[in-house]
Amino acid sequence: MSGSTAFWYASRATGIVALLLLTAVLVLGILVNRQGRLPGLPRFAVTDLHRNLSLLAVAFIAVHVFTAVLDTYVHIPLISAVIPFSSGYERFWLGLGAISLDMMIAMIVTSLLRGRMNRILWRAIHLLAYASWPVAFAHSIGSSKDLQHGWMLDMAIGCALIVAAAVIYRLAHAARQVPRAGRVAAVYAQHTATTSRAMTSRQARRTRETVNR
Amino acid sequence: MADTLKVNPIDCTGHGVCAELLPELISVDEWGYPIVDPRPVPLALDREARRAVAACPALALKLMRTDEPARSR
Amino acid sequence: MTTTVNESVPGGAARQAAGLPRLLPAAPEDLRGHLARYGPTPYRGQTGVLIGDIEASGLTGRGGAAFPVYRKMAVVARGRGRKVIVANGSESEPASRKDELLLRLAPNLVLDGLQLAAEAVGATEAHLYLHYGPTPEILRALAERASRGLDGLGVTITQAPPRFLAGQETALVNRLSGGPALPTFQPPRVSERGLGGAPTLVQNVETLAHLALIARYGPRWFRAAGTDAEPGSMLTTVYQVDGKCRVFEAEIGAPLRTLLSSGAETQAWLVGGYHGSWLPMPQAVGLTLANDTLKRFGAAVGAGVLVALPADRCGLTEAARVTGYLAAESAGQCGPCLNGLPRIAAGLAELAGPGHRRQTRADVERWAGLVTGRGACNHPDGTVRFVRSALTVFAPEIALHARGQCSATNRKPFLPLPNGMPTSEDDWT
Repeated sequence: MSGSTAFWYASRATGIVALLLLTAVLVLGILVNRQGRLPGLPRFAVTDLHRNLSLLAVAFIAVHVFTAVLDTYVHIPLISAVIPFSSGYERFWLGLGAISLDMMIAMIVTSLLRGRMNRILWRAIHLLAYASWPVAFAHSIGSSKDLQHGWMLDMAIGCALIVAAAVIYRLAHAARQVPRAGRVAAVYAQHTATTSRAMTSRQARRTRETVNR
Repeated sequence: MADTLKVNPIDCTGHGVCAELLPELISVDEWGYPIVDPRPVPLALDREARRAVAACPALALKLMRTDEPARSR
Repeated sequence: MTTTVNESVPGGAARQAAGLPRLLPAAPEDLRGHLARYGPTPYRGQTGVLIGDIEASGLTGRGGAAFPVYRKMAVVARGRGRKVIVANGSESEPASRKDELLLRLAPNLVLDGLQLAAEAVGATEAHLYLHYGPTPEILRALAERASRGLDGLGVTITQAPPRFLAGQETALVNRLSGGPALPTFQPPRVSERGLGGAPTLVQNVETLAHLALIARYGPRWFRAAGTDAEPGSMLTTVYQVDGKCRVFEAEIGAPLRTLLSSGAETQAWLVGGYHGSWLPMPQAVGLTLANDTLKRFGAAVGAGVLVALPADRCGLTEAARVTGYLAAESAGQCGPCLNGLPRIAAGLAELAGPGHRRQTRADVERWAGLVTGRGACNHPDGTVRFVRSALTVFAPEIALHARGQCSATNRKPFLPLPNGMPTSEDDWT
């Protein structure tokens, strides 16, 4: 196998792994927001895993980009990884990759600075995740022949279904959330339900009766 | 001059990550909200305190400068 | 319920000597009457000068917190850039009527104080934050002053929503910025960073009226009434056992029994409004209108709401009603307050009913401990003070209710409360 082909294979492989990692990162992000837990692990494991996998994903994307650039079979300028639609080869699909990567860079940079920046602004930029993943997915399907058939296509569709389920779960919660003006009434309702069912205080604690999450 | 942990109760939604990372200074009430030790953070726990502040998903935990002297335990 | 000004408080000779009443004329006073009585507004001509007089006078805030006025003024004056001043007439305490009366009878005193304080701190923007919005008396006063060119600053009037927390400093700033009247986290204090990020001086309207008089007559005049530690006079909203509401101006340090019914017809006193404390009778009968004596019972004058609860009412039921109101008025922003206050209120309602679960009393005490100091504002703390004092003073009543009995013979509600709970976001704007 020539050096060029090795780079090409490396780029395809790291791209696929990156897609899997990004899928996990997005699901974990929603899990953090919903205060969900991974079985057997402490709460900080969810936040740490979300953060660490996102950095790992970027590492894989870096290799994915560099190997694609180094491969001589097609000419892909390095800058096209961040400037969308600036490559000659597969201008559109690679452009989507650049858009997704730009959003990821914004999210990661702001998250590294999150202690020093405005909370609302941080959150607004972090919401780009919901745009970044679909764009990355489109880039993956459009620019990789591998993903367009066989078990890799099944895997890609599997990722899409997982993300869709997670997003629906997140939206369902947002729809159910009690608006601030109704929270006191909701606490009264929970309290009445608890006392009339005569739960033990330990059971009540476990139901985590609160309405501002 | 030492730092004191303070939680912004408006931003806090009771994730409880802080209490896991710093049980010496933070515990959780029956509704999941943090009860934070109001005294200055002992020097030995300073790094852990900063980690807890960084880990809060809601950015609700803060380390604030106070004029009290640092304590060792 | 009519509100009247009563000038002849028992102990009248002492009052005349102290030069009371200072703030309230017998009838609403227009600008001509105001100028005839007090003379022109004594501007100093530069910032800062008045603050020294205010410090010497010992004037503290009359909105309930009793914070030294000169200190707030100094912080704002020291700030950089533009400054803002707000006269707080939101009078969010449902039982208080003194600010409303002051603004009707002597609006020019308040407006003088607003302009004088603005000059002293270098404010370039002035606001009036009012419970009823722009009343005819206020509008007339502002128009008359404008036609005479009396005021250095134009005044913007904003109506406060009828929420208990609407007058809280950060909630006030939030409302004036166009948002809801909900508290925000401190630091920063509004005197450092308030409306539009500018240092903002927020003072109760009665405080500004006193300030306007100190500017004319000096700190020594102000200290001629009251005590050394707590000088001056204050407006009190008083409910005697007949249930009528009266506003008195009283000297600080005056015996409470000269203001409030005592004796067999009085079951207990409530001092300091709905974030205040219940006081047992007859043990409290010797107390005075001063934080010095009241603090021995864990009480404070607050914004001067004083209530004598008639012996024929159920104190527990009254306390439960008020606590239900206070819980409904929670901003619902902070987990402990949001979760604790409704549960405390429900617990108190259960104690006020016939028979209660054995656990309830302990639950209420546990929740009270959990909410103290854990909100962004003092709402949970004030509510807990009210509740704990009620549980102490009405302990015999709790025992009676546990057996299905009640000592009250009159079921009519006594303490005034507004109707209805806030239900939508609009209720805070």
